[in-house]
Amino acid sequence: MTEHAPVLIIVIPLMAACLNILLGLWKKELSYPWAVLVTAVVFGLSLLLMQTVLSGGTVHYRLGGWAPPWGIEYVIDHLNAFLAVIVSFIGCIVAVYSRRSIEKELPGKQVYFYSIYLLLITGLLGITVTGDVFNIYVFLEISSLAGYALIAVGDDRAPMASFNYVIMGTIGACFYLLGVGYLYMVTGTLNMGDLSRILPGLSHSRVVYTAFAFFMVGTAIKMAFFPLHIWLPAAYTHAPSAVSAIAASTMTKVGAYVMIRIMYTVFKPAFSLEVIPMSAILGWASAAAMIAGSVLALGQKDLKRMFSFMLVAEVGYIVMGVSRGNSTAFTGAVLHILNDAFMMACLFLVAGAVRYRKNARNITDLAGLHQEMPLTMLALFAAALSMVGVPPTAGFFSKWYLILGTIKAGEWIFAAAFLLSSLLNAVMFYRVLETVYYTGEPTPKRQGGSSAAVNEVPLTMLGPILVMAVGVLVLGLFSGRIIDTVIRFTVPEGF
Amino acid sequence: MTNMEFIIGKYNYWIYIVLMMIGFYAMIAKRNLVKKIVGMNIFQTAIILFFVSIGSKKGGATIPIIRAGDEAVNAAQYINPLPHVLMLTAIVVMVSTFGVAMALILMIYRKYRTLEEDEILKPGAET
Amino acid sequence: MDTVHSIQPVLVLATSLAAAILIMVTGDRNRNLREAWTLVAALLKFLIVLSMVPAVLDRTILECTLVSIAPGLTLQFRVDSLGLFFALAASFLWLVTSFYSIGYVRSQQEHAQTRYFACFAGAMSATMGVAFAGNLFTTFLFYEIITICTFPLVAHKETADAMAGGRRYLTYLLGTSVAFQLTAIVLTYSFAGTLEYADAGILAGRAPDSVLMVIFVLFIAGISKAAMMPFHSWLPAAMVAPTPVSALLHAVAVVKTGVFVVLRVVLHVFGVDLLGDLGLGTALVYFASFTIITASVIALRQDNLKRRLAYSTVSQLSYVILGAALLTPSSITGGIMHIALHAFGKITLFFAAGAIYVAAHKTEISQLNGIGKQMPFTMAAFTLGSLSMIGMPPLGGFLSKWWIALGAIEAKELLILIVIATSTILNAAYFLPILYAVFFKEPRLGQHGSAGEGIHEAPLLMVVPLMLTALGALALFFAPSVFLDLARGAVSAVMGGQ
Repeated sequence: MTEHAPVLIIVIPLMAACLNILLGLWKKELSYPWAVLVTAVVFGLSLLLMQTVLSGGTVHYRLGGWAPPWGIEYVIDHLNAFLAVIVSFIGCIVAVYSRRSIEKELPGKQVYFYSIYLLLITGLLGITVTGDVFNIYVFLEISSLAGYALIAVGDDRAPMASFNYVIMGTIGACFYLLGVGYLYMVTGTLNMGDLSRILPGLSHSRVVYTAFAFFMVGTAIKMAFFPLHIWLPAAYTHAPSAVSAIAASTMTKVGAYVMIRIMYTVFKPAFSLEVIPMSAILGWASAAAMIAGSVLALGQKDLKRMFSFMLVAEVGYIVMGVSRGNSTAFTGAVLHILNDAFMMACLFLVAGAVRYRKNARNITDLAGLHQEMPLTMLALFAAALSMVGVPPTAGFFSKWYLILGTIKAGEWIFAAAFLLSSLLNAVMFYRVLETVYYTGEPTPKRQGGSSAAVNEVPLTMLGPILVMAVGVLVLGLFSGRIIDTVIRFTVPEGF
Repeated sequence: MTNMEFIIGKYNYWIYIVLMMIGFYAMIAKRNLVKKIVGMNIFQTAIILFFVSIGSKKGGATIPIIRAGDEAVNAAQYINPLPHVLMLTAIVVMVSTFGVAMALILMIYRKYRTLEEDEILKPGAET
Repeated sequence: MDTVHSIQPVLVLATSLAAAILIMVTGDRNRNLREAWTLVAALLKFLIVLSMVPAVLDRTILECTLVSIAPGLTLQFRVDSLGLFFALAASFLWLVTSFYSIGYVRSQQEHAQTRYFACFAGAMSATMGVAFAGNLFTTFLFYEIITICTFPLVAHKETADAMAGGRRYLTYLLGTSVAFQLTAIVLTYSFAGTLEYADAGILAGRAPDSVLMVIFVLFIAGISKAAMMPFHSWLPAAMVAPTPVSALLHAVAVVKTGVFVVLRVVLHVFGVDLLGDLGLGTALVYFASFTIITASVIALRQDNLKRRLAYSTVSQLSYVILGAALLTPSSITGGIMHIALHAFGKITLFFAAGAIYVAAHKTEISQLNGIGKQMPFTMAAFTLGSLSMIGMPPLGGFLSKWWIALGAIEAKELLILIVIATSTILNAAYFLPILYAVFFKEPRLGQHGSAGEGIHEAPLLMVVPLMLTALGALALFFAPSVFLDLARGAVSAVMGGQ
């Protein structure tokens, strides 16, 4: 069992997705517990994998016993395991959350929803465990296809948003595939380990340059990296609440993971940062992403749309850290993958809860909600603090490392971009929280009376929200330990 | 190598690039959703063509023998079946994408009764 | 100097935090119980702080590391003389303010009282956190928590005015701290490799002079709680808050946190020697002097009592900074002492302003003619407070000015003597007319309404505290013992026993 965990983590949700249809034919109500059960098992497996990696180092698993370069190899090191744990945990939490919100938003279609949901999880986890560049393409497309479908069943404008996402996503995937083709042409292998051994000898081949460029653009589209983010806000705004949450918190992060793998495992830092000036290109683009994302978010009325633009800014944070070329910034970036997954999940889950209870989408609709949904709004508050970067919430610590990293690299202007973006976030959340706590019906002068009717969302929704909110605080306090046990080992050689 | 040889010698790349650009143009510039999908198909087919063409080799080609060691194996030197196999998978992916896109178009058509992007994006276009 | 592990600082924080939670749990259902939590916590906190005094006077440092989150980012408490000095002043005044608050809030029948008391307790907990913080990270953490906890207090009334004031409050405090202070901290860490306070400073020799200057400017700009011009305008805006809030937070907790952090930066991050070498002390001296004079001039023109007091605070806070920036033992002693001495005086004044509002519903100075006859106790305390502000013996305010002036002579900054003298005159110019009007002018016709003749004081719960603090300001002149010992301890630590 343990030695097959790398493949089980994919096979289980894949088979479960198919079985779910049959199960649904028999009894519709079973879909939800089934999905929760499967995601929980997968989460357990990813923890097991993490445990194995922590105690015994990198895990190599050969599919069907075929050695690379003929067979597909699954390689799990600290970074893979880290991503797998994040994806499966959030997958599980959002699955729990989805029950009531999907009941309301997609009545009668739960069976199909959960099948596709499990396929999405399959795709995302597949990307994180495989050590084969073509295999990544396949899983990237599995997750994207599931994503297209899930987004399309949102509100009225969702199909069109999803269609644009299909077009952009396909371009991204095809670029990635072209990159794979070019690399294969000169190396004859698809295995990341082999590629990383062969490529340094070819670092002046024009074909390799071309491949690298295609990879970068392809992953940038998939992870909604500014200015290739245009598909994201509409898609995540109009998707069903649960889908927005899982997509915002994990899909972009997995895209970032692919970028890290390509830049530092397949190619080496010496190539990515020195032969090609990726550091400067990505640095300026990330700075633009941070500022533009935050500024655009300022102008939004729709809550989810605002969060989506913030996500664009957060992707900028991650790429900035990845591309600085020193271990501090890289540590910050990997930590931010985790923190941002939690923050985004929390924000979108809250937005979903508001929609569920009040059928509302705009910031102005939040007026005075703290009386009706105190705990949900407290969770929003926690996530907001983290987004602004107030200690001891998680957001502070990743930003700390990111800013230190930019200073270490001597790039003051990027450090300033982080601060400016934080300030813009502060303004934005001030606006939201002021609406929540200080507008709406004026508090009547009460003398010993009970407070206004509390009308929280059902427990299956409130629980996940609180888990995420508490997570944002707890992760902050444990950032040091997380860095010491996991992230330290993910820093590529040569930093 | 003269310019002419450069173009003719690598004609497979030129064809795929031209096809890809046609597809790319259609995906980005066309306002009709079906045309966009047609463009997407051309785009994807171009990539398939590229992969298949790097696997093939006329005259003097040999079967693949991979030596042990870490040297770069130039896949362009022999008839390589692997790209074709990869493309089988890629075709499956592309067909699925096509299917999903068509389904989306149906959804959009039912909602808006048109497939022109301009008309769809007009405020209040939903029926 | 011994360092002893102790959980007392954590206990101090925990009492207020527990109070905040208990207050929220108790809620409006049982208001007496809720207020009891406030009082019990205030008393307990004061006692625990007091219990640390002997050890610290004995030159022992009490230390407690809670969690080490990441290298440099450690949640650590370290009680030294300077921190304990601030904690002692703040915790005592919290105790007094608790009584006053209850009197004020109940007589005004304020809304959202639970939120009010809970935030109050939370803010105090965080203030203690700043006082005991052992490194810049911990300081920053609690500095931000204070801002967030006090925002609901500032915007308490929830009117458009209150929201505007609250917004400005948050913008200035959060904005500057994130933009400048955090940058300064990051830079400090990236050059010094540590954030822990040390008696000799941590930055000496670690970075080029130009960078050090940038860091220093960022710190000073980032600690806008110290209300140095041009980052002072949040303070008058925050006067929309209920008076006890203004009293405690804007005479004691918030602004004093600001100057306290400035002291920390000057003494324990840069160190006296480094600042002297860089000439930054002198720069700060002139900067502070400018604030002292300008704010006093603005205060002259305010008719609203609380606004006048607010500008007076802006001016007085810079005395603390001035004292520290002169970098001589006497001036630093004076600066530190001024934290407590000004606190006692200013809180008295705010209490009095609140009492006037409750008893007579007056907010403008021009309405106060003859109110001394109506509220003799309040106005007597007000007199003591304003005399202390002016720096007249035998009141506490005299001592700190005296030491700062001594320091200015030691530092050969004779211009500063002129600044101090001018500011004293200005202080007199904006306080004495109030006293004159209050005691000697006849009320204009119909001004006091039906209250008319006879004594008409605010509730006892308000008058007793303000009498207490006024007497405190008086007593501190004759017996500044504990405070002075702590201040001297702090100075001898950083000056190496000069």
